[in-house]
Amino acid sequence: MSKGAARSTAEPQGASRWLLRSHSLLVYAFFYAPIVVLAVYSFNESPIVGQWTGFSLDWYQAFLDNDNIQESIWISVKICIFSTLISVVLGTLAALSIERFRWWGQKAFDAVLYLPIIIPDVTMAVMMLVFFSETAEWFNMIPGVDLSDGLERLVFSHVAFNISFVSVVVRARLANLDASMEEAAADLYANRWQAFRRVTLPQIMPGVLGGALLAITLSLDDVVVSSFVSAVGSTPVSVYVFGMLRKGVSPLINAVSVVMLSASMLLVMASLVFERASGSQKKKVKDNG
Amino acid sequence: MSPTDTAATDTAMTPGLEHQAERARSRQGFLLGLPAIVYLVVFFVIPLGIVIAYSFATRTRSGRTEMTGWNLDAYHRLTEDIVRTVAWRSLWIAVLTTVLCLLLAYPLAFFISTRRPAIRNAMLVAVMIPFWSNFLIRTYAWRVLLDSDGLFTRIVEGAGLGDGRILFTNKAIILGLVYGYLPFMVLPLYAAIERIDWNLVEGARDLYASGWQAFRRVVWPLSRPGVVAGSILVFVPSFGAYVTPAILGGNKQGLMGSYIVDQFMDARNGPLGASLSVVVLGVMLICTLVYFRTGGRNL
Repeated sequence: MSKGAARSTAEPQGASRWLLRSHSLLVYAFFYAPIVVLAVYSFNESPIVGQWTGFSLDWYQAFLDNDNIQESIWISVKICIFSTLISVVLGTLAALSIERFRWWGQKAFDAVLYLPIIIPDVTMAVMMLVFFSETAEWFNMIPGVDLSDGLERLVFSHVAFNISFVSVVVRARLANLDASMEEAAADLYANRWQAFRRVTLPQIMPGVLGGALLAITLSLDDVVVSSFVSAVGSTPVSVYVFGMLRKGVSPLINAVSVVMLSASMLLVMASLVFERASGSQKKKVKDNG
Repeated sequence: MSPTDTAATDTAMTPGLEHQAERARSRQGFLLGLPAIVYLVVFFVIPLGIVIAYSFATRTRSGRTEMTGWNLDAYHRLTEDIVRTVAWRSLWIAVLTTVLCLLLAYPLAFFISTRRPAIRNAMLVAVMIPFWSNFLIRTYAWRVLLDSDGLFTRIVEGAGLGDGRILFTNKAIILGLVYGYLPFMVLPLYAAIERIDWNLVEGARDLYASGWQAFRRVVWPLSRPGVVAGSILVFVPSFGAYVTPAILGGNKQGLMGSYIVDQFMDARNGPLGASLSVVVLGVMLICTLVYFRTGGRNL
């Protein structure tokens, strides 16, 4: 209680208080106004973006009728499914290995695991491009691997950055759980697999799902790495749209943008809900303990 | 007696067994991490190594990169005027973006952290949503606004604020970068300010510090880890930005990100592109070191 009271004394009084309020309001307007304008224009009948002539859904119809976009969406979905599945498994295992065990070389692994998160997109893209062009012939000797196929290159490179994001989310969840439940399971003669399956996994599930949603979002949104490694016939939707909108503004792109933005916002909100669910559980554990 | 105490007595009695169990456990931990380790070595560490090797490699006349005759030519080229101009422009644009983000985000983060929990959470979610939503489309939204008959242009000109046509200029790039990366600044700042023990502020006020003094002597120093973290999270991607200048900057404003892409796509100069990537990586590593030096923990 006293903390809350002190918190309020930190708030400035008088004019600066209103300044702070209106500043915050303006920043939120800055965040959302461009998106709202884009959404409104996507329902504009006129082929000229800046001139409002009336409401219409024509551009959404044009989006549905555009085979190239539809095809690129399917490519994105495929990449997204495979890369998310692989990165969720690898990222969760990595998170368990770092949070629950101590082994030689762990610190180095931890550091490498952070790099894909902070490395600029362009550098990651260059790394992937150069890597595939140098090693394709060796990889192609492995049965089932064909790196001349853009789809495989895209999946491999998306997994490379998504493992890190998944493991960060799962680690945050693991760090908030106490290990005593797992120990109790072990005391009651559960073997490691049973303890994991019955105790650890259900508890970290919100983190795993949150990580998966994050991986889906990042895979669908990635432009730079994808445009470096995709090939003709395997253009994901983000790269396709990037190519379109570099040429300029058009009402069709507005409609496509609104669809993509809505999808990505829905995913974000879903992952926030999962996070919230795990957050409230954490609070419960704390209150009991 | 706590569980650790029991474990300690057990160890005293059977040191060999305990030691063996510990080693088995550490091996299990390593094995769990192994798939991710192998994956990241193959698809991250080796690619990184190849890029570094490329920066010392030879470019043939046809534009191929040959991994022979190691040399420093690509690094010598970094001192050329064109490269320096591009690097310098990227640097000041990134610095300006970071400063603007800090000025916009700090009051907001402060405001959020002094709200009631329910309102605080709602305001945070409203920052998180743009944080994770499609960056490309959010940048494109500004393209629509900044178009010659776009809303922004018309409002600026209608209000008599001068020429509103800033599309394809540095101003447009900075606006786009600030818009894109502002959430990256708000969230770490919020995390730092939220942790502050407000009783300290109250104490300062009791000792007759003015509101401003309390802020400068108590709140600001305590929030510095968030300032550093947020600045790095904005500065590093702004320095290597590719998407924003491509959409809002037109063709004339060469920046680090697009210059690197050009080396691989059009100019076919792998070594130069690789050495520029190494520079970007270096900037990133220096920033990370600064972060850990100033007492930051996990990003």
